[in-house]
Amino acid sequence: MIRIPLTIIGLYMSIVSAFSQTATESDSSVYKSRKLKFEEANFVTGYYHQEGNNSAVTGGIGTEKLTDVSNTFDIKLTKYDSKDRLQNYNFELGFDIYTSASSDKVDPSTISSASSGDNRIYPSAAWTITNEKKGQSFGVNAAISSEYDYLSFGGGVSASKNSKDNSRQIGIKAQAFLDQVSIIYPIELRPAPYSSKSRNSFSTSVTLSQIINRRLQVAMIVDWAYQNGFLSLPFNRIYFSDASSDVEKLPSSRLKIPMGLRANYFLGDRYILRTFYRYYQDDWGMQAHTANVEATIKLTPFISISPFYRFHKQTAIDFFAPYGQHVKTEEFYSSDFDLSQLESNSGGMGFRAVSPDGILGITRLNTIEIRFDHYNRSTGLVSNIISLHAKFK
Amino acid sequence: MNLNKLRIPILFFSIVSLLQVSCAPVKEYQKMYLNDAEMELAMRKCEKFEMNFQLYREGASGANGGKTGGGCGCN
Repeated sequence: MIRIPLTIIGLYMSIVSAFSQTATESDSSVYKSRKLKFEEANFVTGYYHQEGNNSAVTGGIGTEKLTDVSNTFDIKLTKYDSKDRLQNYNFELGFDIYTSASSDKVDPSTISSASSGDNRIYPSAAWTITNEKKGQSFGVNAAISSEYDYLSFGGGVSASKNSKDNSRQIGIKAQAFLDQVSIIYPIELRPAPYSSKSRNSFSTSVTLSQIINRRLQVAMIVDWAYQNGFLSLPFNRIYFSDASSDVEKLPSSRLKIPMGLRANYFLGDRYILRTFYRYYQDDWGMQAHTANVEATIKLTPFISISPFYRFHKQTAIDFFAPYGQHVKTEEFYSSDFDLSQLESNSGGMGFRAVSPDGILGITRLNTIEIRFDHYNRSTGLVSNIISLHAKFK
Repeated sequence: MNLNKLRIPILFFSIVSLLQVSCAPVKEYQKMYLNDAEMELAMRKCEKFEMNFQLYREGASGANGGKTGGGCGCN
């Protein structure tokens, strides 16, 4: 008996709720679209120190001691436009200060030359527009990096598309850097006043991310990067087997193809495994494997620690030989141990605290993250880095 | 590029293809673990300088969201 009245009431309620819902959504979205909203700001700072004895500036021997303090500050603003698309504005400013014992050997006639230290400043801006209904986005970015002997202009475009069920995303990115290298030869090999040469880098990147199940997601990244122009470093010395010397000489183009695979797995309720593997090869003869594993342990819902380990192995480029082993008849030569056959092991620990109500009495401070990494290279180079990230919301 | 050099890329794409076909559909309300900030498929902001130095101290770079060119890396 009561089935018919209940059906009528049910129908009425669903019609009313359907219409009222539509009106409310429409109103709120129009209101949202006109406001530029502060989303978040991030401050990241890092202190890096290294010691080693294979400096390329002194031909593959000599100190590689270097200290660097890096800082970046970025701010993210968002708003919805009249078509309900999310617009993202990202501005970043980076500033590094470093002192380098090997750079000081560019002109060792002075006790501590101008090249013993430098500053680098690198502002950038990015804009992205996202259509959340269609699951697609498009973005552009621009960046500048400036230091005493190097100037870089960068720009790029990116686009992404989600699958209908939001379980898969494909992203494409194209980037170009147009750089100018000041040609500062070692003092004894300096033929003329400084000039500059160009170095151009073009890259495209395709990323495919996929949700595998409720706890596992993976991403595959394939890059293609091409560089041309002056790819050597003008102040890197070479000492030949006959005791004569010259500056490093490398080919004027390089094609790099790295492929990466990321997989993150949530184990139980407290553990997260973050893994990364990369295979790399280029046309200078280098092949490399890099693997990284990090285990995040959630001590509480807001505090976590993350021990991690990274392994890297690479073959040397075809043009590498250590101090005194190159012969003058070779077309290209380098004694830069960064391009030599090597293995590296690094590991450390991260600490992260997140609180929507603020940290250390600062209401807007949403996240604090501290990370320490100790790096050991088979060539004898050892480095330590400590980084701090603070997120404000 | 000979076939021997293609061995790893082929293996790589095979692993990814296998993962793709083994996917289970996940509804929005089932993404509690996937939406955790630590599950993001990208490097942490705190890692950016670490990655920068690895890029300079090793010849290989890329495929990790970082840059593959530009900037000096002289020292």
